[in-house]
Amino acid sequence: MFSLADISKTIDTWLRLHLNDTWTLVVEMVIAGVSVIGLFAVLGLVLVIMERKVSAWIQIRLGPNRVGPKGMFQSLADTVKLLVKEGLTPDGADKFLFNLAPLIAIVVAMLLMAPIAFAKNFQLWDMNIGVLYITAVSSIMVISVLMAGWASNNKYSLLGAMRSGAQIVSYELSAGLSIIAIVILTGSLSFNEIVQSQADGWWIFKGHIPVIIAFVIFIIAATAETNRAPFDLAEAESELTAGFHTEYSGMKFALFFLAEYVNVFIVCAIGATLFLGGWMPFHIGHWDAFNHVMDFIPSSMWFFGKTFFLIFLIMWFRWTFPRLRIDQLLNLEWKYLLPISMFNILLVTAMAILKWHF
Amino acid sequence: MYRTTEIISDGTKNPPLEGGEAGDFIINVGPQHPATHGVLHLVITLNGETIKKVEPHLGYIHRSIEKMCESLTYRQFIYVTSRMDYLSSHINNHACAMCVEKGMQIEVPARARVIRILMDELTRIASHELWLGAMAMDLGAFTPFFHTFREREMINEIMEDTCGARLTMNYMVPGGVMQDIHPDFQRKVKDFVKQFQRKIGEMDEIVTGNTIFQNRMKGVGIITREDAISFGCTGPVSRGSGVSSDTRKLFPYEGYENIEFDEVIETGCDSFARYMIRIREMQQSIRIIEQLIDNIPEGDFQAKTKAVLKLPKGDFFQRVETARGQFGVYIVSEGGTTPYRIKFRSPGFSNLSILDHIARGSKIGDLVAMMGTLDLVIPDIDR
Repeated sequence: MFSLADISKTIDTWLRLHLNDTWTLVVEMVIAGVSVIGLFAVLGLVLVIMERKVSAWIQIRLGPNRVGPKGMFQSLADTVKLLVKEGLTPDGADKFLFNLAPLIAIVVAMLLMAPIAFAKNFQLWDMNIGVLYITAVSSIMVISVLMAGWASNNKYSLLGAMRSGAQIVSYELSAGLSIIAIVILTGSLSFNEIVQSQADGWWIFKGHIPVIIAFVIFIIAATAETNRAPFDLAEAESELTAGFHTEYSGMKFALFFLAEYVNVFIVCAIGATLFLGGWMPFHIGHWDAFNHVMDFIPSSMWFFGKTFFLIFLIMWFRWTFPRLRIDQLLNLEWKYLLPISMFNILLVTAMAILKWHF
Repeated sequence: MYRTTEIISDGTKNPPLEGGEAGDFIINVGPQHPATHGVLHLVITLNGETIKKVEPHLGYIHRSIEKMCESLTYRQFIYVTSRMDYLSSHINNHACAMCVEKGMQIEVPARARVIRILMDELTRIASHELWLGAMAMDLGAFTPFFHTFREREMINEIMEDTCGARLTMNYMVPGGVMQDIHPDFQRKVKDFVKQFQRKIGEMDEIVTGNTIFQNRMKGVGIITREDAISFGCTGPVSRGSGVSSDTRKLFPYEGYENIEFDEVIETGCDSFARYMIRIREMQQSIRIIEQLIDNIPEGDFQAKTKAVLKLPKGDFFQRVETARGQFGVYIVSEGGTTPYRIKFRSPGFSNLSILDHIARGSKIGDLVAMMGTLDLVIPDIDR
């Protein structure tokens, strides 16, 4: 049966037959790097066309339908356009920081790929502090936005960057707290163990209401952290034209664009892993026949299915809700989400100690 | 420290604007900006996200229409007025045609009068539909825009059938309307009314009932009753502050006195009140259309007029209610074939004047919402 783990194992044994351990490691790292970059490119293309099709569906129109079958190659054509466009650096911009910012954005997104379990036994790096690593690395994201906004020497960009700084720093708190809820229940920071702990049921089903609350807060905070509507204040098209990336063009803009979509994928992947069981198939108690059928679906399909479901949810938000104002945004976090998540942590802890969960 | 008052290219200091202080954070919104819906230029003085001052700069689309009209005949000058408030071109044309008729004492046939009112109300709905979509877009929700444009498109098709135009109609002429209505007119208008009543609930679901939307609108951009009067606000902006100002009720023209409809007044004084006014006004317009659509009298669509129109010596004034408020035409005639002087009183200009007053102390996001509910059409302000 097709499985990503089998493929990686075959490659590994084949390499070990022909090379010594050090060279095997080097070659495997190169393969991993290339596949991450490849995944990036594919994700960018797929998510952009998906967003455009979803928005078209919500807005009673057809969306892209000229390039390729049903417009499926539209984002490919857009990529070519962005590649050949001139990347301007405005006069008076801090050239070094201006050019560094999109790189940081993309590198951070790449680093976040490391601990994600894409399928059964298929993970770039099963580190024992995966969750901590994710929360720590994703905080670097805000630096690229601040850097881009400041270095552009544009007042709109600066306003966008300041908004983004306030927003990401605040929402990281409740995102972190809702992640901690699962860490408490699992007792582990490793993504692999978190997935394994959901073998007999996903946390969203096992964890009663506190986990559902944590999940909702996580989705809200994830939307805010990725700067997407209704929390897209950093871009706020109708207020700040394009916010922090007003001055970016060509491939530099494309990198920000790509980083945004890959970040959406990553937060949704994390959400799917923590709350929806990652690559674990859907099982119901003792319905063995049903469970057996579910096992036939490859684990990678389960993972990507859940992730894309969450991505669809976030896209749905974007095309339905108006944007919040900056003070309302911060009120929502500091006055509602943060106190609720803190109280929720207490509930989850009590639940974990008393073993009330299934 | 961030460079707020420097011009980077030559290194010299940028002197603070008149009345400003050194160190003020000044941004230019417009003339090309997604929120201004045209070439309005706002110079905004900021303190962080909070607005200290808003200074509108006009003139980017000034075409000197009033001066142009002085060299156009009484038949020709009406066409220029379609280009002022392009979203209510029918109503602008209507005002000018009526003003000329007043001077010439032309009796307009009953059929033409009813057609004119129907066209006016359809225009009002189309304008409000566009406003609703554009305003939701200002607040960051793109989807309502497409939904409102679906209905607006139906009106545009009705206009296209009868007038041959979709934006600059030029349909009202002194003495009546340019040609008779299209045979499909009544059927299509009825279809539209049905569609509108079915779909207005959708807008309530996605926009009016949305908590984020209400938070962005309620208590924002407060115009008190006194302010609305002293700044000369008209139309939905003043009615949102509880001022009765519907020209159709206060100075009825063209048979509005015989039609049943309510003047919509809200006392909320905030952006949400102005929003509700326009939603309810659309429903009133539908009510007017329903009353008239089956009762279009038979007869001429245009009165017999002379080939060359000459207004007697004197001055003439006519006001109408456009989608944005009271629109006035003032013609001074020396007895010739062209006006000696023409003055248009446009609703957008007086509504814009209050922007600085209500925007001070609010956030940038609010400014966009306020401009949305003031419903500014820039060519109407500049003329």
